[in-house]
Amino acid sequence: MSAPPTDSGSSSLTELERAPRSDAHMRAEDYQPVFTGPARAELNELLTHYPTKMAALLPALWIVQRERGWVSEPAMAEVAAVLGLTPAYVKGVVTFYTMYHQHPVGKYFVQVCTTSPCNVCGAEDVVRAILKHSGAGELGVTSGDGRFTVIEVECLGACGFATPVMINEDFIESVSAERVPEILDSLP
Amino acid sequence: MGFPHRSHPRETPVLSQHFGDPDARSLAGWRQRGGYRALEQALTMEPAAIVGIVKESGLRGRGGAGFPTGLKWSFMKPGDGKPHYLCCNADESEPGTFKDREIMRWTPHALVEGCAIGAYAIGAETAYVYIRGEFTEPLQRMTDAVREAYAEGILGPNALGSGKRVDVYVHKGAGAYICGEETALMNSLEGRRGNPRIKPPFPAVAGLFGKPTTINNVETLAAVPHIINNGAEWYKAMCQGNPKSTGTKLYSVCGNIARPGNYEVVMGFPFKDFLYDLCGGPPPGRRFKAIIPGGSSVPIQTIAEAEATVMDYEGFVAEGTMLGSGGVICIDDAQCMVKQIARLARFYAHESCAQCTQCREGTAWTTKIMERIEAGQGTREDLDTLLEIADNMTGKTICVLSDSCAVPVVSGIQKFRDEFEAHITQQRCPFRGAAAGGGVATAVAA
Repeated sequence: MSAPPTDSGSSSLTELERAPRSDAHMRAEDYQPVFTGPARAELNELLTHYPTKMAALLPALWIVQRERGWVSEPAMAEVAAVLGLTPAYVKGVVTFYTMYHQHPVGKYFVQVCTTSPCNVCGAEDVVRAILKHSGAGELGVTSGDGRFTVIEVECLGACGFATPVMINEDFIESVSAERVPEILDSLP
Repeated sequence: MGFPHRSHPRETPVLSQHFGDPDARSLAGWRQRGGYRALEQALTMEPAAIVGIVKESGLRGRGGAGFPTGLKWSFMKPGDGKPHYLCCNADESEPGTFKDREIMRWTPHALVEGCAIGAYAIGAETAYVYIRGEFTEPLQRMTDAVREAYAEGILGPNALGSGKRVDVYVHKGAGAYICGEETALMNSLEGRRGNPRIKPPFPAVAGLFGKPTTINNVETLAAVPHIINNGAEWYKAMCQGNPKSTGTKLYSVCGNIARPGNYEVVMGFPFKDFLYDLCGGPPPGRRFKAIIPGGSSVPIQTIAEAEATVMDYEGFVAEGTMLGSGGVICIDDAQCMVKQIARLARFYAHESCAQCTQCREGTAWTTKIMERIEAGQGTREDLDTLLEIADNMTGKTICVLSDSCAVPVVSGIQKFRDEFEAHITQQRCPFRGAAAGGGVATAVAA
């Protein structure tokens, strides 16, 4: 997908702008409810932590993403129904936070920190190496084999271990461009 | 301790004493190291007495603002009939800062204990630890520690058999720098977009769920058990500079530095010794050019200013900057200041919540102009435009994210104007292709 021209002062697309416009990315399971069985029990336990149901919204969305890999519109509607909110409200919250995927991503979601402390330590070389070696080629685009989606991320809070790279839930410290092939090749 | 490096003899490891020691993570290991004695003692005391000790110790907020912790706690009125809340701000996202991450990774029970004492002291039965979503390991360590503490009856309806209720919950953020701002954090915890709120009302009056709330940084709360155990006088005595700055401070050191990591020193330590002796100075063959000593939101120092600085709240202000969060970003002479300031501006543009016009437009335009200059397409007028935008972004918005974007731009133009002008006159970045270590003099002359 190529980037449409933008005059917003920022050349990077938001996830919303990148979201596919058709429902071709929807899988059968994306239309199935998430909050049944253990996931529902987990949410019920979470609800005891807060005086309002709404406060469980971020945790509920995390459960959705863990179970489905992303947060689809049907899932947002389900969360809204469970927590007594409107789907539009839930979407408003989802779009505020960068970590909820609004479209499916590759098997490995790779986030590379390029903010200044990492930038002065060569983070941009790491990004280039990952884009090349993963076959993704372009930021935010999933590689042809469906394995990698790579994004630049703002400060991961591990600046002394430049450059930190997150692959799904795993945090890899002190990544240099030279280490990239070894790291990516070691993934199952 | 200079984790991941060995502790330096001139450090004073209090909070960082057990960094790198996996045995300190478990409840049993933590108890062997004196853990939960302070909570046990605190639960036998009157809450006001705990607030008094913390006030007397001189402990100030370690998240950035440096507000006296005991005074903040004293704003919580006991017996007002309302539920009180404690929020622990573990949304550590300030570029250059990674100290809270290590506290939670290595000594999660220290934070659980600090939260429990803090909650009890302010009359709260519930504390929420809001941890940024990217911190997967700290989240796991904290979740495990809280689970252990409940299983052993340290937390819950009858904390340590005291008959008092203390609940601690871990709450996972979802990727937003702005949620480190206290009122944005509360909105986020309530299940809203992380937009900061207009103050007043201040959190102590109407905070989380509209109830009286205190919000403290991880490092601040982790220091509290030590103060209860050793006394206010012990804490106050750790001071080599201004008596208003007491105790130890964790500094996260990163960027172009020989030994990056976390270092803990007594307030008032000389910054020059810190940078060269403890952290090993710049990488081989390079020289320091600039230091951002308190996370990316504080004014940039030239190396001459940094070398003259005494490391405490007042000492950093005296040298034109702030202690902030203690995230020391080192920049050497091979780096282009214009590029790095442009990158910081992009960070703020990305992280603006966009509710205030000055910030939404200001961060975006600052980034656009900075990147234009960096690409060699800037004009002399651009520098004036940047300063004018910065002026419009300062002191005019709900929170200080806007100001934080203006700060590196203004201090950068003031202190590294030659680099900006070199980009404009040469119509390219003088550092691109310049030999590493040559510095701006070589780069500008090239």
